[in-house]
Amino acid sequence: MTTKAKTFTIYVDGEAVQAVPGQTIMDACDEAGGYIPRLCDVEGLVPQGSCRICTVKVNGRTVAACTQPAEPDLQVEHETREIHSYRKDLVRMLFHEGNHLCPICEASGRCELQAMAYRLGISQATKYPYLQPVRPVDASHPDIALDNNRCILCGRCIRASRDVDGKNVFEYIGRGIDKHIGVNGANLAATDADIDDYAMSLDVCPVGCIIRKKEGFFNPVGDRQFDRHPIGWEIESKRIPTTDISGPAGSDQEVKP
Amino acid sequence: MQPANEKIIRKACLRANNDKARMLDILHEVQDQLQCIDSEAMELIAELIGSYRVEVEGVVTFYAFFSQEPKGAITIRLCDDIIDRHEGFKDLVETAEEFLGIQLGQTTEDGRFSLDSTPCIGMCDQAPAALINYQVFTRLTPSKFRTLLRKLRTESDATKLVTRYGDGNNSHHLIRSMVNNYIRQTDKVLLGKIPKEAGLENALSLAPAAVRAILRDAGLRGRGGAGFPTGKKWEFAAQTAATRRYIICNADEGEPGTFKDRVLLTERAHLLFEGMTIAAHAVGAEHGILYLRAEYRYLHRYLEDILKRRRKRGLLGSNILGKDFHFDIRIQLGAGAYICGEESSLISSCEGRRGEPKNRPPFPVQAGYFGFPTVVNNVETLCCVPRILAEGSRWFCGFGTQQSTGTKLLSVCGDCTQPGTYEVEFGTPLVDVLQNAGSKQASAVNIGGASGQMINRDEFKRRICFEDLPTAGAVITFASHRNILDITSYYMDFFIEESCGYCTPCRVGNVFMQQALDKIRNGLGEPSDLDYLKELGKTIIATSRCGLGHTSPNPVLSTMANFPLVYAAMVKANGVGLQAGFNIQDALDEARIIAKRRSLIYDPAYETGGK
Ligand SMILES: Cc1cc2nc3c(=O)[nH]c(=O)nc-3n(C[C@H](O)[C@H](O)[C@H](O)COP(=O)(O)O)c2cc1C
Ligand code: SF4
Ligand code: SF4
Ligand code: SF4
Repeated sequence: MTTKAKTFTIYVDGEAVQAVPGQTIMDACDEAGGYIPRLCDVEGLVPQGSCRICTVKVNGRTVAACTQPAEPDLQVEHETREIHSYRKDLVRMLFHEGNHLCPICEASGRCELQAMAYRLGISQATKYPYLQPVRPVDASHPDIALDNNRCILCGRCIRASRDVDGKNVFEYIGRGIDKHIGVNGANLAATDADIDDYAMSLDVCPVGCIIRKKEGFFNPVGDRQFDRHPIGWEIESKRIPTTDISGPAGSDQEVKP
Repeated sequence: MQPANEKIIRKACLRANNDKARMLDILHEVQDQLQCIDSEAMELIAELIGSYRVEVEGVVTFYAFFSQEPKGAITIRLCDDIIDRHEGFKDLVETAEEFLGIQLGQTTEDGRFSLDSTPCIGMCDQAPAALINYQVFTRLTPSKFRTLLRKLRTESDATKLVTRYGDGNNSHHLIRSMVNNYIRQTDKVLLGKIPKEAGLENALSLAPAAVRAILRDAGLRGRGGAGFPTGKKWEFAAQTAATRRYIICNADEGEPGTFKDRVLLTERAHLLFEGMTIAAHAVGAEHGILYLRAEYRYLHRYLEDILKRRRKRGLLGSNILGKDFHFDIRIQLGAGAYICGEESSLISSCEGRRGEPKNRPPFPVQAGYFGFPTVVNNVETLCCVPRILAEGSRWFCGFGTQQSTGTKLLSVCGDCTQPGTYEVEFGTPLVDVLQNAGSKQASAVNIGGASGQMINRDEFKRRICFEDLPTAGAVITFASHRNILDITSYYMDFFIEESCGYCTPCRVGNVFMQQALDKIRNGLGEPSDLDYLKELGKTIIATSRCGLGHTSPNPVLSTMANFPLVYAAMVKANGVGLQAGFNIQDALDEARIIAKRRSLIYDPAYETGGK
């Protein structure tokens, strides 16, 4: 914010949070050090509200916090039992939709989907069926591989390539359960994708779908991004300066009803 | 690429001014002429309209009526609605498969025929039906169908095979269709005798705000499903500061079992365009779009002609009725996507994109078509407008109930002797409708289509109106011999097929719902599966991004609530330490195949030499 716009207050689980016009509920909470779980949204890209994990309840209606504008005096329900169970369901759906074998995955330990599961306390098998789709791996590019088995359709690569790199390497193809990520050419090698694109950086793909070749498993176990801190820690640390992993977001904790 | 093909593509793009926003028009033309939009075609189109290949591919793959693989010169799409299934869909598939020597979804080797199925084409009152190169064929039987196929071996113009025209304007020389209106009951608002252009003349003699006030006083609510007050919607659009505003008529009518807009488009096209023109005056719009579902393409030429006539008569274009008021309408053809009936998806589609819903806010009335305030209204809603302006809001309030003024068109179909379109006053009890339609033995009625509710006999006394039993039009009757779970499963399949896939709960959750339902249908369900379905349904409804996901669990949840015995009869309670739905032999099958031997521990039959 360049000009000092009039601030107002929203209430998240009863707690006052300051917001300015133009901010979403998530923006306001982020700034105040309150983490709302999310997968398709990441700083620097336009929010699209597709993973739905940031679902909150506003005046009795469920909305996505990443796209819902903050308005004066909004009452936002965030860490209730009901919302928590929706979020767990959504994360489980993503696991069961694709093919995820964490122990052999390059992204393990820095994967946001995996970290989200830990944060939300998902540690057991669920009743959901595994869809076990047959999805292609595109290893045509000299520096980058795409393992669609792990894609969660967050669209971060699409937005990063289009809005930051100005390139349009990726786009959604098909619809419904057959929806997938397509590339602007016969395969990735036929596009103008480059390892130095922002879209190919570690910040963009939240899972192990966009893989940088020749630099796999660059961090030893114990040293990986989410080995030390749970997902969301960076935002929460604005409020609670701590390096303690058993902070407010340790795994398997019971949420307050 | 062959030069001839390149020429076709270039021409199609040029005809659309190489305008990316008209991507759907371009793709339709290329698909029609080349039977497919392959990778080379996408590349060229992208180059010509300033797009990129994968973006074009994203659009092509979103719509069911576009294809990357070559379709036949004769493209057959059998309507696969639940009513068509009950009326012989399967026999028609078998007939065609046998005659053509291909399976559903395939194209003959000579490229002559392709055979596909498609969800409800809006002909449930004359099922089973099919689209053959967009020409509609109704009440098909295997023998009629075989005769058609035989003729289509040499005749490429399916229109020539229509031998008997339907009632009303269906015989008009620009329609020439065998579709019937089957108007069974008329009332004074829409299907009775109506005066011409009286509403528009009155409206133009009033200030826009006064027109909006009349609409508000009339209590008109949207007929497309949500029932939002039309006057209020127009007010929002008019109040948003903008240099342009748009009026869009939603003629996507994709809800299974709904076909009343088809009747209005056929018989009340002038009234509809008059309504759009009044809306334009009331909100200050100069541009209108009629979004016509591709399944109703047989009405396209007819509707274009009416627009032309209206322009000639000074009812559209510049200085309408001599006033300082300018407004014109274009027709945008859809391409096979139910989600495009959702207003923000419809706008995406009109912009030449994948028909995905937009985030709200902003709402379309604030920022819709290309960011301009846009009013989206259903066909029937817009048809009510001139009637209100002609007769007054008090007259309109004389019909219906307190919160549901006017009349409602119902599309009645299924197990009844008089399927067709009924205009009834809001507040009419469902039993009366069923009686008039000759559906005495109905044991279940679907109100509102796939996204609606399935109700049982106890609720037939309820009244059709927003405050009791709302419906966008569909009234589908089922006799007692119909299988409720099969019907439910059909509707879930529909949602899985039509989900845009944008958000997690609808894209993935509906597939899970379907799998659990199948388990129950197959007699393998346990009581806990019922709770699982309820929980899952709740998550999908609460977390989905648009109305499709908000309603997609309805078929399951409403049948579970209203037909609990059907489910109870199918689930088996578990014994102590025993899961009734679990079959150890089936569970081991895959491992057995891999191991190429049978498990001794769990297979007593092996020891006795059985199986
Ligand atoms: C999945 C979905 C499909 C829809 N399909 C239609 C449709 O085919 N026709 C229609 O008029 N409204 C449809 N709607 C409702 C529209 O979003 C919108 O509410 C309506 O066009 C507004 O017009 P009205 O206020 O005149 O009813 C659909 C909504 C959803 C969520
Ligand atoms: S992408 Fe994440 S969740 Fe999927 S297998 Fe890899 S680490 Fe596990
Ligand atoms: S490839 Fe990665 S960034 Fe792109 S949609 Fe899939 S998960 Fe998201
Ligand atoms: S609810 Fe379904 S149709 Fe609507 S945006 Fe989500 S995936 Fe698309």
